[in-house]
Amino acid sequence: MQRIGVFVCHCGTNIAATVDVKAVAEALKSEPGVVFSTDYQYMCSQAGQDIIKNAIAEHKLTGIVVCSCSPRMHENTFRKTAAAAGLNSYMVEIANIREQCSWVHKDMPTGTEKAIILGKAAVAKVSLNAPLTPGESPVTKRALVIGGGIAGIQTALDIADAGFPVDIVETKPTIGGKMAQLDKTFPTLDCAACILTPKMVEVAQNENIRIFSYSEVTDIKGFVGNFDVTIKRRARYVKEDLCTGCGACTEKCPQKKVPNEFNLGMDNRRAIYIPFAQAVPKVATIDPNYCTMLKTGKCGVCSKVCTAGAIDYQAKDEFVEEKYGAIVAATGFNPISMDKFDEFAYSQSPDVVTSLEFERLMNAAGPTAGTLLRPSDHEHPHTIVFVQCVGSRCSSCAEKGKEYCSKICCMYTAKHAMLTRDKYPDTDVYVFYIDVRTPGKAFDEFYRRAVEDYGVHYIKGMVGKVVPEGKKLKVQASDLLANKQLHIDADLVVLAAAIEPDKSARPLATMLTASMDTNDFFTEAHPKLRPVESPTAGVFLSGTCQGPKDIPETVSQAGAAASKVIGLLSKDKLTGNPCVAHSDENMCNGCSTCANVCPYGAITYQDKEFRMPDRTTKMRRIAVVNEAVCQGCGCCTVACMSGAMDLKGFMNKQIMAEVDAICK
Amino acid sequence: MLNKTERQKEQILRSSGVNPLKCMRCGKCSGTCPSYDEMEYHPHQFVYMVETGDIETLMKSDSIYKCLSCFACVDRCPRGVEPAKLVEAVRLMAIRQKDANHLTPNDIPALLDDETPQQLLMSAMRKYSK
Amino acid sequence: MKVSYFPGCTLRTKAKDLDFYARKCAEILGVELCEIENWQCCGAAFVSAKDEVASKLSSVRALAAARDAEQPLVTVCSACHNVIKQTNHAMQTDAEFAAKANLYMSQDKEPTEAYNGETTVYHYLELLRDVVGFDKLKEAVKNPLTGKKIAAYYGCMLLRPGKVLGFDDPENPTIIENFIRALGAEPVIYSYRNECCGSYAVLEDAEAAKKKSNKVSENAADNGAEMIVTACPLCKYNLEKSGSSIPVVYFTELLATALGVKEDTDAE
Repeated sequence: MQRIGVFVCHCGTNIAATVDVKAVAEALKSEPGVVFSTDYQYMCSQAGQDIIKNAIAEHKLTGIVVCSCSPRMHENTFRKTAAAAGLNSYMVEIANIREQCSWVHKDMPTGTEKAIILGKAAVAKVSLNAPLTPGESPVTKRALVIGGGIAGIQTALDIADAGFPVDIVETKPTIGGKMAQLDKTFPTLDCAACILTPKMVEVAQNENIRIFSYSEVTDIKGFVGNFDVTIKRRARYVKEDLCTGCGACTEKCPQKKVPNEFNLGMDNRRAIYIPFAQAVPKVATIDPNYCTMLKTGKCGVCSKVCTAGAIDYQAKDEFVEEKYGAIVAATGFNPISMDKFDEFAYSQSPDVVTSLEFERLMNAAGPTAGTLLRPSDHEHPHTIVFVQCVGSRCSSCAEKGKEYCSKICCMYTAKHAMLTRDKYPDTDVYVFYIDVRTPGKAFDEFYRRAVEDYGVHYIKGMVGKVVPEGKKLKVQASDLLANKQLHIDADLVVLAAAIEPDKSARPLATMLTASMDTNDFFTEAHPKLRPVESPTAGVFLSGTCQGPKDIPETVSQAGAAASKVIGLLSKDKLTGNPCVAHSDENMCNGCSTCANVCPYGAITYQDKEFRMPDRTTKMRRIAVVNEAVCQGCGCCTVACMSGAMDLKGFMNKQIMAEVDAICK
Repeated sequence: MLNKTERQKEQILRSSGVNPLKCMRCGKCSGTCPSYDEMEYHPHQFVYMVETGDIETLMKSDSIYKCLSCFACVDRCPRGVEPAKLVEAVRLMAIRQKDANHLTPNDIPALLDDETPQQLLMSAMRKYSK
Repeated sequence: MKVSYFPGCTLRTKAKDLDFYARKCAEILGVELCEIENWQCCGAAFVSAKDEVASKLSSVRALAAARDAEQPLVTVCSACHNVIKQTNHAMQTDAEFAAKANLYMSQDKEPTEAYNGETTVYHYLELLRDVVGFDKLKEAVKNPLTGKKIAAYYGCMLLRPGKVLGFDDPENPTIIENFIRALGAEPVIYSYRNECCGSYAVLEDAEAAKKKSNKVSENAADNGAEMIVTACPLCKYNLEKSGSSIPVVYFTELLATALGVKEDTDAE
């Protein structure tokens, strides 16, 4: 018979305001096996932990139940407390009477009744607990960073700097991401390329970093410290090791009408191309959708002009398999489609552009070589209207916009407006805003400069309709402070489109078994205390795949993610989770059901000799669990028809005992 | 016991099904409204004035007859506030008072021309009289 | 295919062409329009207030009649489409309203079973798109309107409220443009196609309505349209009354011309 101690936490008033904690401690005293029960204001405090330790020694406890917050919060704390008092740390059970009880109930009698029931269930479970010892697994000392934007670049550089090898997988032909497309950066107005491209070069030159560009991750197996990853290297039809990036092919390619995605389709590139001058790797890529040679077998100009002999029309997609100890998601963002916001006439006029397109129109390497010209007629615009919050803070229709604030638009719009006025003093610049949100170092000062020093007209209100009429864009908007409807004849309208996670994030999260929120942003392990870790062990988050953020914040988070990776890779061994599946070989009939449902590939089969009652022997096929690979999800225990499979720490009889205790 | 203002507000909210607290004061409704210039109180003001209970003022204003029920404000509102439904509820509250029809059958003959479609008369009667 | 048909008040009087050609063309396209017996005017404008019940009963009766005939309900007029669809939506989603409406209806001389939004409502254009199919329509065209530049005028009542009507994307609709293409003509896209014509305000403030209608017809003409096509008698009236420089025709007239059951629309 176990000797069980029960410790009920008040959590200040978090629990005690809705649960009569003394009544809970009193009620659980009479449960079978309970020899000690008490309550305390903060069980997780040093004093609270001392109460537990002393009780373990004094009452010779063999198991404890802590009625407190979610086990995700403090299960580890109390396991350590138990271990310090000489008790096996798996003889601890948590009854969650905060998140699942006091926080969701309003009245004391209901809360108290439920807390007692949850406590009884935990007591019933711990009565059947057995001491467990975790195993150990080795750590592959190599990290994978998925996404080669500024987030991925910074994370990779920091990990490499600590001496660990890192691979970057980037779907585009070059690293650099969205930042490479930006013109200037707020709030200091330094040019994005000037601060980004040295980092890109650093990545290329760093011996610890390999770049898999034009590639994608297609499969991830394994677990923290031991991931097996398959990377698809898409055929670029140019040998990376031979191409010198001289650009002769991109000048001579006769297929000139390919929309240039780097300039968001506002000009054309060739079928063989290098996205931009500072691309890394600086290697050409053939676009199979447009290359005449690949489509019809007739052309071959690039091959003829390439002195390095790098062109390879026969190239095929290749798959690389690599082992990693840690994986960082840095998949980034995209502006949302403007299709559903055609009241702004985006589909009707080329002079209605998104803010990212405006970046290209201002950029020296952009389609207009840095002179701000209207896309329709290449004339200089005099009246420019910026519309904020297009699709952000939009709760009315999920398929249309995003409920969240995209966070970066207020600042980049202030930047656009300021730069326009600075470069072209003859322009009238209007910004329609709902709120101007500028928390950040030197941010509000920046926005005020746009208003006070550069004469940008900030108007509190929203644009309701844009009508292309002749060469003008008739903008109809409200000015809420003047209580007027404004009609502005604009030459250019710039929409601050909401941003959303890149579409590759969702399938990646599935491969990683990492959780996401309803907007497809990766969820952090704790929003405040573990902001760069996914709840899935060994998976880390960098940049906008976790939530909207600007460059300074992205770089900070990228460094933080790197430090977490370095901490993990510095270990030689990882302590495993002992709550893994185990098959009773006497009951197993080798049916394969468990292996089929196992998401981790942790179950294999072996033939084993069994002694029969008549002293003969017989070979039988039985399931064997690889404890290092098993994540303890329990799928196999549910699927097993013969009842052979069980999960340590969550055995079927323990679960049933909990259910019985609740239903009693 | 609710006072008159509170009663009116409650009736408007119930009849329209609108929650003015969803409004984030962006003004897109007024930015898109085709009848803005004809209105004394504009769509965003309807939302705010209903929220603060200033309904009597709206009932007395001609603005309630200027809304065309085109629903542009409803479809373009980022927060799903549906200002046109508030205008409708206030207009109904006004014309449902005794002898308060904005348009009566006797007014009609003078307004007709040879092409006037029945649809016009029907919709005007629906909107302007009880 | 048989469908229940709700012509509406204006189609019996000032907009006979809208009705006449709708029926003729349906015949050619293999759809039988079965006019609902004793239908009553839909009211021409949906009153969005939840406590306004009696004025919506004519729509509920039409919907119930179609349900009893086990047929979808088809309308041609934009306003009927708007009122009947919104009423149907209220019957589906607002239990209090539905209960009140059914209580009224139980007092009818020949009461039907309680109605709870079972009927599917199609605008005639939706019927062409979703049931007949624009590709089939294209095959049926005898006189393609080749070279004609036509502006689709949606107005408000076909599109909004978008979530309730489910007719098309309210900001970037394509149905009438695709209809125009199927007839062999070239659609003209212009911004004012989904803005209001001035509607019933024309009755007491003709100037205000004229301002709005003018914007629509001028915007269409500026974009090169030779003709405006509409499904709404009130839109047609307002556009014509405000002196549109280009002709305004019903979509069914256009359809009839292309299917060869009407002389060229321009000839009028």
